[in-house]
Amino acid sequence: MEKLLSNIKNGEHVIVRELKNSVFKVKMMEMGLIKGKKIEVLFRAPFGGPIAIDVDGYTLSLRKDEAALVLIDIQNDV
Amino acid sequence: MKIALLGNPNTGKSTVFNMLTGMRQHVGNFPGVTVDKKTGIIEIGEEKHELVDFPGTYSLYPRSKDEEIVYTSLCDPANSEYPDAVIVIVDASNLERNLLFFSQVYDLQIPIILVLNMTDLAHKQNKKVDVKALQDIFPEASVVESIARIKSGKNQLFYAISSLKERKGHIFHKDITVASSLDIKEQEQDTEKRFLHIKSIIGNLESVIEKTDRPANKWDKILVHPVFGYLIFAAILLIIFQFIYVFATIPMDLIDGFFASFSQWMAQSLPEGVLTDLLSQGIIPGIGGIAIFIPQIALLFFFIAILEETGYLSRVVFIMDKLLRPFGLNGKSVVPLLSSVACAIPGIMSARTISDWKERLITILVAPLMSCSARIPVYTVLIALVIPNKTVFGFMNVQGLVLFGLYALGLVSALGVAFLMKLFIKTKDKGFLMLEMPSYKMPRVQNILMVVLEKVKLFVWDAGKIILSISIILWALASFGPSGRIDEVLVAIETEAITENWTDSEKNQEIASAKLENSYIGILGKSIEPVIEPLGYDWKIGISLITSFAAREVFVGSMATIYAVGDDGEDNKPLLEKMRSQTRADGSPVFTLATGVSLMIFYVFAMQCMATLAVVKRETKTWKWPLIQLGYMGVLAYLAAFITYNLLS
Repeated sequence: MEKLLSNIKNGEHVIVRELKNSVFKVKMMEMGLIKGKKIEVLFRAPFGGPIAIDVDGYTLSLRKDEAALVLIDIQNDV
Repeated sequence: MKIALLGNPNTGKSTVFNMLTGMRQHVGNFPGVTVDKKTGIIEIGEEKHELVDFPGTYSLYPRSKDEEIVYTSLCDPANSEYPDAVIVIVDASNLERNLLFFSQVYDLQIPIILVLNMTDLAHKQNKKVDVKALQDIFPEASVVESIARIKSGKNQLFYAISSLKERKGHIFHKDITVASSLDIKEQEQDTEKRFLHIKSIIGNLESVIEKTDRPANKWDKILVHPVFGYLIFAAILLIIFQFIYVFATIPMDLIDGFFASFSQWMAQSLPEGVLTDLLSQGIIPGIGGIAIFIPQIALLFFFIAILEETGYLSRVVFIMDKLLRPFGLNGKSVVPLLSSVACAIPGIMSARTISDWKERLITILVAPLMSCSARIPVYTVLIALVIPNKTVFGFMNVQGLVLFGLYALGLVSALGVAFLMKLFIKTKDKGFLMLEMPSYKMPRVQNILMVVLEKVKLFVWDAGKIILSISIILWALASFGPSGRIDEVLVAIETEAITENWTDSEKNQEIASAKLENSYIGILGKSIEPVIEPLGYDWKIGISLITSFAAREVFVGSMATIYAVGDDGEDNKPLLEKMRSQTRADGSPVFTLATGVSLMIFYVFAMQCMATLAVVKRETKTWKWPLIQLGYMGVLAYLAAFITYNLLS
């Protein structure tokens, strides 16, 4: 089962495995979501709104359907 | 020399801009896009350079229409905006992501300065950037460290500008080239390769002194909370509106009074004639009509700038996005829409923060449906006229309920129209959120004041021209009529005044009324009577509808003029009595419940505000959208008023 960033619980540390192909792919890379990047899910908006993640010390918010384009691996060493 | 200022958003770009140019700033247009072009002058001794602020972007490749200006200006030496040099701000606390954009611009072979900003913030995160190593990777760039928030690094930057390094063809990496076209696959490859290379060098550039696990910010826990998040936002809004209500009305009354007495003084001290009338009734009130908006614009942007500077605004966007998306709006539409409850003008101007063009356009188009403060005088008079002052359900006042209903109707129709527009307006860009949430910061007073000044200046110069022109046209239409017609009735009034023994003020009121009735506007009002009759209006209301195109509140004054009653400035008692006694040809009263409510509904929907149209033209850079707005709101107003009138009569 592939894991998607949109399904990860708050406080979990994950690693970006791959970005699904979409028109947003370059934009996501530009925002720092590149293969191998360690990220942490920080918090999410109410009612299924956007989620906020930590990327290299900055906070990025993205909509759930945008987060669903990011395949991740669970970071085990934390 | 023409210097372009570039950088990722939230890197302190505008702070650097203010630091380098001081107060010498000017806002103009980039050709072809709706972004403003902010330019300033850098003075270094005798040297003078033009600094152009470009929109903040994460990459050279555009992700929205507005970002295209960066790519087209920098990649084509023949472009009119092509700079002689570039200053790129790089956020030291987020080096990897910032270096992507920097390395792209570096490869364009324009003389370049790298400003390593926010080194203090990086320090707080226990990161240290090796400036010398950075310089080695980009040997043809001048690297300058700065903390713009405390104006540190200004002199080093000035020095770098005066002694730019020549470009000799060095690029970031020999196998990486900037995509030559806007082909997305090519961009993807370029971005991927750049990040790989950045990753291989970042270890030498950045030392993480001590890896700390950043605890989720405690403010974020509260500010995006499903209950407290919304409560806090509501409370902040309430405070802002209270401030605007209390503090904007004082200068607004002063401005109003000043221009009224100034034009009166003009009329009395200059020789009588058309020119005096043009000055005292057309131009001066026109300028007053522009100035009256300044307090609201200034105050609202003062607060919006604080919310933005502190980083709170991005949290509002975060919690509102989901709620507004079904309507084709964006989390960022909240501020423009809610600001429009005070006044649609600053509301529409604040839609600038919405990066997605379609969502911004929809926000701008529906914002004037929110009930603004200029509708209050109209609603108050009409409610007092036709709605009984009764209590229902033990505590609810019917008049208050109706007023609430009108506000609710405005909000519901704004959302409804937004939903419909989402289906009709097509764009090639797919909307996205992907927003950086900046860390919480203390707001900078200088940045806030610059925002306020810039917005007021924009409104006064750009929208002001249009407002003044329309005021003069309206004045001319209301002052002149077909030859001899006004003179004839004036003679009749003179004789009537003697036989009826009118006082001077009574006579003047009759003269004003007769003049308006026989002017071109009066004739226009009469000629549209067949059109507005199905709504329950007569020609007198028709005249007021036309004159109040200038601004909604003009309706009340205009009715007073037509009915030849003085404006008592307080509760409009004389006007209300006169309106109540008006009858139609068959003897039935004009202002029935049906007519009154129909008029209120008309004002909920109709675009009766030239200043808003002028601002929409300013913001969309074309007459197309203000005209569409005028049209759809007019049709909506007519249909809704028609239905209301027929249901109630």
